Amino acid sequence: MAAICSLFIINKSGGLIFYKDYGSAGRMDTNDSLRVASLWHSMHAISQQLSPTVGCSGIELLEADTFDLHCFQSLTGTKFFVVCEPGALHMEALLKVIYELYTDYVLKNPFYEMEMPIRCELFDLNLSQAVQKDRVALLGR
Amino acid sequence: MIGVGKIKQYSNVLDKPLSKGKQEVSLSAFSFLFSELVQYNQTQVDNIAELERRLEDAGYSVGARVLELLCHREKGNRRETRLLGILSFVHSTVWKVLFGKVADSLEKGTEHEDEYMISEKELLVNRFISIPKDMGTFNCGAFVAGIVRGVLDGAGFPAVVTAHFVPVEGQQRPRTTILIKFAEEVLRREARLG
Repeated sequence: MAAICSLFIINKSGGLIFYKDYGSAGRMDTNDSLRVASLWHSMHAISQQLSPTVGCSGIELLEADTFDLHCFQSLTGTKFFVVCEPGALHMEALLKVIYELYTDYVLKNPFYEMEMPIRCELFDLNLSQAVQKDRVALLGR
Repeated sequence: MIGVGKIKQYSNVLDKPLSKGKQEVSLSAFSFLFSELVQYNQTQVDNIAELERRLEDAGYSVGARVLELLCHREKGNRRETRLLGILSFVHSTVWKVLFGKVADSLEKGTEHEDEYMISEKELLVNRFISIPKDMGTFNCGAFVAGIVRGVLDGAGFPAVVTAHFVPVEGQQRPRTTILIKFAEEVLRREARLG
């Protein structure tokens, strides 16, 4: 049972820079994933403006009937979000781990160009390990 | 109070023992700096061989200084004069000071008499670096190769030093091998010394 369906990373202007599918549910083609990314970027920005609370940082969790969407925005405006099964736990922690991997293996890589799609072998490698670990933790419960 | 009176007062700064210095720096800070070094050099070159050479040159100056410092700090102003001595000095002393550990292995090349290899499972400078596919066999370890060349050259062992990725069976990541090819004169001198 895969808790995570997909992972998106979008840059500060709403462009999709990383997308990965996990499991068969909710598989998307490239166009759809780009659309979801920019839609989410705009919705996130609007939610920030419409929120009645002062200093709101945008939507963190969207709960739907068939999926949950957890979002984490870094200080520089890069957004990480995962689509997962309803009620999946520890997604905030997973997003933090992914952010950490991004800062390590993407930002410290001299061959990565800022705001461009992420193509780093080490990032992919460590990411799949982190997600795997998350799954093992799920099975253990 | 604990420790009071333990610190000896030196009236003359020259009498003070040379401080060991701060042993560690932040890995993140180093990685960002190194990343910038690579990015800067990338803007200055138009092919990969040139980039490799520039990184090696940057390392060379580090190596020359490291040799000077370590001979003074660790060796009491003496330096190794024999081939195996200097190699183990690089493999253990230099590596320990620069990377916090001794290198994974030091081997003699099987095919050529004048070749030695220092291998490292995960070279510190490569910790966060993924080489894009279109750059082929380029290895940022060229910087470390430069350091080794700087140390060897400064100690009177001129050599050609290169860094290579070597795939390891059962491992996803290749290891980095620093290949040292000594100049002819070094081997001749070594033979004479017996």
